[in-house]
Amino acid sequence: MKKLLMATSAIAMMTSSAFAAGHAEEVKIGVILGFTGPLESITPAMGAAAEMAMAEVTESGALLGGATVTSVRADSTCIDSGAAASAAERLVTSDGVNAIMGADCSGVTGSILQNVARPNGIVMISPSATSPGLSTVESDGLFFRTAPSDARQGVIITEILQDRGVSEVALTYTNNDYGKGLADAFQAAFEAAGGKVTISAAHEDGKADYSAEVGALASAGGDVLVVAGYVDQGGSGVVRSALDSGAFDTFYFPDGMVGVRLNENFGDELNGSFGAYPGTDSPGATLFEGLAEGAGFDGTGAFAPESYDAAALIMLAMQAAGSSASGDFKNHIFDVANAPGIEIFPGELGKGLELIAAGEQIDYVGASAVELIVPGESAGNYQEIEFADGVYSTIGYR
Amino acid sequence: MDVLNALVAFANFVFVPGLAYGAQLALGALGVTLIYGILRFSNFAHGDTMAFGTALTIIGTNVLLGLGITFGPLPTALLALPFGIGATVLLVLLIDWLVYKFYRDQKAAPVILVIVSMGVMFVMNGIVRFVIGVDDIRFADGERFIITARDFRNMTGLDEGLAIKTTQAITVVVAFVVVAILFWFLNKTRTGKSMRAFSDNEDLALLSGINPDWVVKVTWMIVAALATTAGVLYGLDKSFKAFTYFQLLLPIFAASIVGGLGNPLGAIAGGFVIAFSEVTITYAWKKVLTYLLPDSLAPDGLVQLMSTDYKFAVSFAILIVVLLFKPTGLFKGQSV
Repeated sequence: MKKLLMATSAIAMMTSSAFAAGHAEEVKIGVILGFTGPLESITPAMGAAAEMAMAEVTESGALLGGATVTSVRADSTCIDSGAAASAAERLVTSDGVNAIMGADCSGVTGSILQNVARPNGIVMISPSATSPGLSTVESDGLFFRTAPSDARQGVIITEILQDRGVSEVALTYTNNDYGKGLADAFQAAFEAAGGKVTISAAHEDGKADYSAEVGALASAGGDVLVVAGYVDQGGSGVVRSALDSGAFDTFYFPDGMVGVRLNENFGDELNGSFGAYPGTDSPGATLFEGLAEGAGFDGTGAFAPESYDAAALIMLAMQAAGSSASGDFKNHIFDVANAPGIEIFPGELGKGLELIAAGEQIDYVGASAVELIVPGESAGNYQEIEFADGVYSTIGYR
Repeated sequence: MDVLNALVAFANFVFVPGLAYGAQLALGALGVTLIYGILRFSNFAHGDTMAFGTALTIIGTNVLLGLGITFGPLPTALLALPFGIGATVLLVLLIDWLVYKFYRDQKAAPVILVIVSMGVMFVMNGIVRFVIGVDDIRFADGERFIITARDFRNMTGLDEGLAIKTTQAITVVVAFVVVAILFWFLNKTRTGKSMRAFSDNEDLALLSGINPDWVVKVTWMIVAALATTAGVLYGLDKSFKAFTYFQLLLPIFAASIVGGLGNPLGAIAGGFVIAFSEVTITYAWKKVLTYLLPDSLAPDGLVQLMSTDYKFAVSFAILIVVLLFKPTGLFKGQSV
């Protein structure tokens, strides 16, 4: 009897360990975005996009021999660095995520990188932090972004304004890492090219009234008002106040300001205004919009394609490294993102994983035509837009 | 001619926006000050009460528009306002019965009530987002302008334009009417008088037979009406976004404290002081001075005392100075 018991328990132990081996690994990816706070209206689509990529990979069963990928959401708040770091700390220490997709705003992204990602050696890929400061920050090779740095955007804005013969502009920016970084980058590029910035005035987001800012901007004057803000936030408030008081008729909109909300909020009043935002004529964007529609969210939303790509890159790099540990796959992100290799578009993640498993090289193009440059940020494709008849449309790519 | 241009530029960028913003703050501050005077705590949930009232008014507006009813050149939201006020009254009475009554019966210290109101604030924050979502909503319809900057320029031949929005005019007029009714109510009616008595000396008021429950109820009703009106006027003039209403709390508190907490007249004065200090101190006077001064003296710089980053610093500096020298506020309120 004793022997029988021992035998049974021995068998039980063996089978349970055999089950464990047969059980595929569970990969967890933290999705940390500002689900509350100033970006709360665009983050739902961003989160959904990243989770769509994870669902696609899980379904394909091709990652690391059939691993399932689950998302763990956390709130970055976009503005509160302390809250963001503790939310990320929770993801890493208590949920045990393998990598982080996020954060969204530049300030909280820097905070999470220094306080959580580096101490714990966790890879993070931000879909939307564009501050030039993040290009030079210490990152131990753990930080990437599928959005371009605003240093590049400053040059793009200068080129577009000069092509239109604008030499004097007023500039207002949202008072955070993103706005300040973009405003400084643009001002440096514009003045180096011989333009004049009459005033560079900050505005706070989510405030009650922007008459003071518009008063100062109008007094300084300029042909065009460059609004480096958020369309959901103070940016629209400043534009509304500037239009109503007749201070400016023509605006330039950088990436944070371009959104369907502009059409809804202002319509015909913006005719003749122009801008540019990250975007590409690569077929990936259209493919992604179709997938997003199927999944029930808006694929044209700001930074939704970049979010999909950020999550996809994490999983493709894991496959290339053959490991879901950040320390192992951080060196493979450049390999899967850039040429040479077979181009991979949205919806083809399963194919990409299988190609990697078969030893082929891939070049992930994705929804936003990802091309990473040192130190790990998107090179940046912009589409130039112009308003006519109350809606904006793309008039070219840069 | 140059003097006129300078005046118009000043009116367009400083006076008109400051007046409308001041009226919105004044209405909000009146609600805060009434709660402080009669229920004796600073109500942190006030901004979200405004948001809730506005959210329901927007829903009412959409229903009216769906039925094809508009208010001609005026915003339809004004027709839906009574509905918004009614719903908000019900909500604050419910919250008072569920939450504040418990602490009032315990004679809790004001600081506990302040913290309780913060809790209520977060709950209402959530309710508003559930009801209407987090998006930016514009619900002003009808004529947008009484006069646009371009029309003004064409009419007068001046270089500067003066824009007056319908919503700015409505804000000032409605604020004036509401304040007049409120003062008539507080000074002439029996309930108003008992409210003031309750505010001056609670024990004496109770001894003379004033029903405290009734006073509390009426106060909440008035506060709900003021908050909804302020919220709707603000939303018409700018736009509705739950997050912004939460942020409105700061200037509203500054306004009611500068004016003297518990003093309705002070709340109105405080609203305009805060609004104008935000707009004027950070205004770049270059344009106005260029018109006024001879060419040789025309300024090259912006002639700006402070960058607009500091506009909140200005209102809070005023707040501190007032509290240092007049702890009860500009008008005699209760000491904080």
